[in-house]
Amino acid sequence: MNEAREQSLATIRRGLKRGPLDGTRRVELETRLAHPLRHLIPTRAQGSHSEQVAMWIRMAEYALATVDQVARPNDAPAAVAAFLARENLPTAIVMAPDAELAALPWESQSLLHIERRAARDGDQVSVTTAFAGIAETGTLMLCSGPDSPTTLNFLPDTHIVLLPTAWIVGSYEDGWDLLRATGEAMPRTINYITGPSRSGDIEQTMQLGAHGPLRLHIVLISA
Amino acid sequence: MQVTTQAFQRNAGAALHNPALQKALKNIKIGFVRKRAAAVAKLPEFEALREAGRELKNHVLDHLDFYLEQFETKVIESGGQVHWAQDAAEANQIVLEICQSVNARRVTKGKSMISEEIGLNDFLEAHGIRPVETDLGEYIIQLRHEHPSHIIAPAVHLNREQVADAFQAHHAPYGFTERREEPRALMDEARQVLRQQFLQAEVGITGANFCIAETGTTVIVTNEGNGDLTQILPKVHIALASIEKVVPTFEDVSLLLRLLARSATGQELSVYTTFSTGPRRAEDADGPEQFHVVLLDNGRSGMLGGEFQDMLRCIRCAACLNHCPVYGAIGGHAYGWVYPGPMGSVLTPQLIGIEVAGPLPNASTFCGRCEDVCPVHIPLPKMMRHWREQEFARHLIPMTTRFGLGLWAFVARNPKLYRLATNLGSWLLRRLAGGKGRIRSLPLARGWTAWRDLPVPQGRTFQQQWATRRENQS
Repeated sequence: MNEAREQSLATIRRGLKRGPLDGTRRVELETRLAHPLRHLIPTRAQGSHSEQVAMWIRMAEYALATVDQVARPNDAPAAVAAFLARENLPTAIVMAPDAELAALPWESQSLLHIERRAARDGDQVSVTTAFAGIAETGTLMLCSGPDSPTTLNFLPDTHIVLLPTAWIVGSYEDGWDLLRATGEAMPRTINYITGPSRSGDIEQTMQLGAHGPLRLHIVLISA
Repeated sequence: MQVTTQAFQRNAGAALHNPALQKALKNIKIGFVRKRAAAVAKLPEFEALREAGRELKNHVLDHLDFYLEQFETKVIESGGQVHWAQDAAEANQIVLEICQSVNARRVTKGKSMISEEIGLNDFLEAHGIRPVETDLGEYIIQLRHEHPSHIIAPAVHLNREQVADAFQAHHAPYGFTERREEPRALMDEARQVLRQQFLQAEVGITGANFCIAETGTTVIVTNEGNGDLTQILPKVHIALASIEKVVPTFEDVSLLLRLLARSATGQELSVYTTFSTGPRRAEDADGPEQFHVVLLDNGRSGMLGGEFQDMLRCIRCAACLNHCPVYGAIGGHAYGWVYPGPMGSVLTPQLIGIEVAGPLPNASTFCGRCEDVCPVHIPLPKMMRHWREQEFARHLIPMTTRFGLGLWAFVARNPKLYRLATNLGSWLLRRLAGGKGRIRSLPLARGWTAWRDLPVPQGRTFQQQWATRRENQS
């Protein structure tokens, strides 16, 4: 439908009373795209790192996620097992095939049954990491890739995320800067996740677990 | 969908006399209005962000051609495809051909107002493809063969009993034979039924809240996660977007995201904000193999440079609906087409013609709350006035109204005549009231007295009082 394309562009330019952009204006806009400018960033997103961690926890809980904290990465498997036991949840876990996750001492938790793959229908519990945490709204930022399939974030009833506090940043913009700094191509899917799935479509009464996970649990790792 | 905007007055009358609807509409004030106020109060920078949001959208509209071309280039670079559509028919055809190219029988759908605008579901069904809405509210109204009554809460006009009826009528084949009325139970039922649909669909269709030019990325915002299951499980993901949804960069989207959820549901941020760029990568374990973006114009390009350009700033948060006394009294269906409330009263005449949508810009008290809460400062009352002026100029107003307005204008331009008429009028009304303070029934004014009493003019007219006041001062 190239005709539709040309027609829309021509009508836009007629309305704006100019032809296609060229010269300095075009260069300015290209520069704006290549070097994105930040708009106003809320003060709450600009505290010290410890303030950001505290804000992230507060906001994630406000969004009805649950948060546990452990001192070291090696403590995370026990925290996951304890959470599942406390909530009376199944111990079969489908885990992101991520090298850092695999390096943790999961064998110490003999009750856990772990498969490392994308999620399928019927999976009850998933465990993933996140790319970053965003303090201003208690948001997780997850990027798809071979070691982090997106289905893990949506199909199981319970989603557990292991997040080092060092990966918490203040604002959305800080998250984008982190992603650009990796120098890698834009992932297929980036998910901002703020609390468990919900719907208020029946009489404006909020219910958790509409289509995505009923529970979102984060294990924060301090060191 | 069938347009009933012309029957607005009759629709509104029926809505006011519909007890189930009136009960459901009360939820809006508790659900949306209070939550928005609380969320705004928690962010001191909110007003400054609104200003920035307006400036950003104005910048985009001033360079819309450039950003659309950039967006297209980047989608293609990341392995996706862009399809431009002038109107609903072209957009529907594009979607159909994509579905047919993979022999799709079933498509799942995330919530998309563009899909409603082009009437996609009816079109696909007519060609043997079954569209399944997966947003809970959209799913409920699809079962009831209705259209959304609200742009972000499509089933806000319904009560739980009506949802229970719909599920009972349709869910027996899935093993649900018992009637359930608890919202929790109803949602669990829908979750199980729709999970199977997600897994069986060959194509997933979503809308797009934003299209990012920097990287060719589309963005959807949901709370349920249905949009995500819609786009990651099937082989093909189609995102439907209108041309004004493009924004330059992730920084620009971040600004608008701070405004959107707070204005819409009063959340700090919606549960899921998803950024999609191209199809799945070679090494990915999941995700769609094809990524298509349909860019719909449908008359929007023609709004640039005109008196309705500002409407293209709209980010579809629905704050103007939630705060509108007219919408709150009659709900969305009375508006007679896809977009209700103040934003609909401005946009609908543009999209389907002022000839048929004429009643909508008149369905306003001009209280101005819509503009007060708009996250991008769209001057909605001013634009409704533009439409009224156009109606008058194009002789679309009924003869009696034109005659009345003409008569009033004539009298108002002749001070002596005006004084005479008002004095005579108030004398006559006092006589008719027979000493009481109000009139219950008045010939020629039943449109007023059928609904409320008419207060009788008290004391002297404004002009008389003004004259006395000036005499006393001099």
